[in-house]
Amino acid sequence: MATVHQHALPRPLAEMQTRIEAEAASFGLDFFPTIFELVDADQLNAIAAYGGFPSRYPHWRFGMEYEQLSKGYKYGLQKIYELVINNDPCYAYLMRSNGLTDQKLVMAHVYGHNDFFKHNYWFSATNRKMMDEMANHGNRIRRYMDRFGVETVEDFIDVCLSIEDLIDIHSPFIRRREGHDKYRFGKPTEDDKPTVAAKFPAKSYMDPFVNPAGDPESEEEKPSKSPSANVDTPTRDVMLYVLERAPLKPWQADVLSMIRDESYYFAPQGQTKIMNEGWASYWHSTIMTQRTLAPEDLVDYCDHHSSTLATSPGRLNPYKLGIELFRDIERRWNKGQFGKEYEECEDAQQKRAWDTQTGLGREKIFEVRKIHNDVTFVDTFLTLEFCREHKLFSFGYEPSRERYEIESREFPKIKQRLLFSITNLGRPIIEVRDGNYKNRGELYLVHDFSGVELKLSYARDTLANLQKLWNRPVHIETVMEGKSTVISFDGSEHHIQQEGDKKASKKQTAEK
Amino acid sequence: MALNIGSDHTRFREIVRGKVRENLRKYITHGEMIGRRGRDPVSIPLPQLDVPHFRYGKNGTGGVGQGDGEPGQPLGPGEENGQGQAGDEPGAHILEVDVPLEELAGILAEELDLPRIEPKGTANIKEEKARYNSVRRVGPESLRHFRRSYMQALKRQIATDTYSFQRPRVVPIRDDMRYRSWQTVMEPVANAVVIYMMDVSGSMTDEQKAIVRTEAFWIDTWIKSQYEGVELRYIIHDAAAREVDENAFYHTRESGGTRISSAYKVAASLLKEQFPSSEWNIYCFQFSDGDNWGEDNRESMDLLKEELLPVANLFCYGQVVSPYGSGDFLATLKNTFGEDRDNLVLSEIPNRDAIYDSIKKFLGKGK
Repeated sequence: MATVHQHALPRPLAEMQTRIEAEAASFGLDFFPTIFELVDADQLNAIAAYGGFPSRYPHWRFGMEYEQLSKGYKYGLQKIYELVINNDPCYAYLMRSNGLTDQKLVMAHVYGHNDFFKHNYWFSATNRKMMDEMANHGNRIRRYMDRFGVETVEDFIDVCLSIEDLIDIHSPFIRRREGHDKYRFGKPTEDDKPTVAAKFPAKSYMDPFVNPAGDPESEEEKPSKSPSANVDTPTRDVMLYVLERAPLKPWQADVLSMIRDESYYFAPQGQTKIMNEGWASYWHSTIMTQRTLAPEDLVDYCDHHSSTLATSPGRLNPYKLGIELFRDIERRWNKGQFGKEYEECEDAQQKRAWDTQTGLGREKIFEVRKIHNDVTFVDTFLTLEFCREHKLFSFGYEPSRERYEIESREFPKIKQRLLFSITNLGRPIIEVRDGNYKNRGELYLVHDFSGVELKLSYARDTLANLQKLWNRPVHIETVMEGKSTVISFDGSEHHIQQEGDKKASKKQTAEK
Repeated sequence: MALNIGSDHTRFREIVRGKVRENLRKYITHGEMIGRRGRDPVSIPLPQLDVPHFRYGKNGTGGVGQGDGEPGQPLGPGEENGQGQAGDEPGAHILEVDVPLEELAGILAEELDLPRIEPKGTANIKEEKARYNSVRRVGPESLRHFRRSYMQALKRQIATDTYSFQRPRVVPIRDDMRYRSWQTVMEPVANAVVIYMMDVSGSMTDEQKAIVRTEAFWIDTWIKSQYEGVELRYIIHDAAAREVDENAFYHTRESGGTRISSAYKVAASLLKEQFPSSEWNIYCFQFSDGDNWGEDNRESMDLLKEELLPVANLFCYGQVVSPYGSGDFLATLKNTFGEDRDNLVLSEIPNRDAIYDSIKKFLGKGK
């Protein structure tokens, strides 16, 4: 089902688009062709529920998402302003009921995102025809539903979604398999087997004696070729590992591969949230305030802009952090506040007044948007001065008082907290260590423990879902209460085994 | 644009409905939803609707914020980031789902196999009501829209260059004022009344009251789904009776003796004065531990026979079992009226598990 362009934008909006596009280009932004679609609030909520893709496969969670969005809208708690799709051409949605000022701002914002999608390196491996790909996924899943039953397929999708985030976000930059091979995960066919020694010529009735069945050599080889051979190198792409080695039916493998593709498609958006929103906000504010803002827009623009960038103590606003970091970089590179000489300067006064009129700011931020992701962006450009100026602090949960408290205002701690919360999209790092654990075909995962425990209830249920895919017992090694712990699920019950209490392993029956 | 959200949304509601239905007996016996009800939807915590992932636990939540404050200072409630919100009991990732009362009643009916109520009396009467949902330039001062008025004033001052950043002062003039405005909608007038009567004498413990409360919630849910509008009235009694509001109904505790007839008297006069049976569908639910003062039984029976049963669609008596009560009243009722009186339903509720069947018995008549 291709996306149907409803109709062209109304004249004032079309003119606005031409104007803003020209302004954006004049600043050096370079983007995919942009198609704006004007939709009403309910449609926008529906599209947003589908992650921006109107023709996605059917699943109840999109319905759930939609209900939450439309409720939020109905009660006036939230409103979606912009929805941009990383695709060529780039699709963006405008809400019909927004005022003209808002539309202007959203358009300018969209061109920022669009430029980012096109040029940021972390997006370079994403599928730019994802609109079509998603529609294709939708069709395939619908066909499976027709054939195997809606609930069968839906249940399987639920299981797959449980491990959707167990991918290796860096692997797209290691060349993946291409072409038709991409979707073929079946057992090796005859052609793939090594050639067997030629038969001796014999009459048919003598054949069993001259060429006895079974080749001793290939018998010996068999065990090492079993589908669940040990992993040579640990892999974080648990999805791919399961896809290739779990006993899945062809349609199941296909569904899992589609969900995996979608995970990889969405990953860079999570990896560059701060940068992407910061960049788009930087450009909407630059384009609006320097070029396209009309006097009558001013109050509405300020109202909208300030609410987008509003901060609250317990939540770091990625729009705010992003735009301020980009502005800080621009300022520093304009004044030459970088490099060995500046870094080694001990005098705070002199540092603050440092200005060598280098004027490299604009150039630098374009370079930054090209090569960085949130982790490297924050690591490289979050400075002590920035932290102070923007009153950043780190906070954490205080179990004794059962509340969240401000932990610290020390720069290294804040930076560490922030980096931790965006590393691997803020999720635990988990890899496959062994696919033939204890030589019994069991799957052994390891959580790369970095000080924070897994949430046990979720871990148990995720394991149970993983076991449904793997069909043999599954384990995850992690750390709980300071001790190395293995949580296992064998299909009927969970076991938790901690270091030191090998014998008294806690048995817990599976909860339905 | 081809949008399938409708079918996905229906599917989601179906799943919710299925889960609620599956756990209905549990919700009923544990009274899990009580206290959560607002005017319309009920928020129900549903286990396992969320897709589980490997995630960090609560000890790792936290992050970086922005603003004033010293280390050790708490962040305001509700401002922690999303990770810490879900339930932290083992095996429970819980999602709160809103279920409209109507749907809940539907599920209840399916599960308990309840017949729809056949109302008696006149058709629904409708009445005009005001809904405030738009903004106008004229109106009474009491309805002025503060934010819009000032926004308008600010725009005007900037446009006419009378706004100064040094002295940011915004003064609205007549023309800037905006007022909330309403539309008239027709709303049905209540045509059913539910009267709850409860014994609050010393022998009723908190546990018994909790049972009554749970049962009343489900009765409300069902009756509300059957009528356009429902009035609720509460009467408590020990040796004397009085009408109270809902809160007092569940939280009052007296210590006197018990005269059930006193409650019947109050109910009868309430019905006579405010809810004539020609215009109202009348439901009476009485809860007691069945420990009535011996001499009072005769008077109670008379009142019931002459004043209440003739006008009520349904009169239900639920007897909760208390360690102090004798429970004789149920037997007296049985002896006087027999089991098969058309609009009188008797039920015994020894514990929480019996609520389910008791509701079924009360509402199973389709009256």
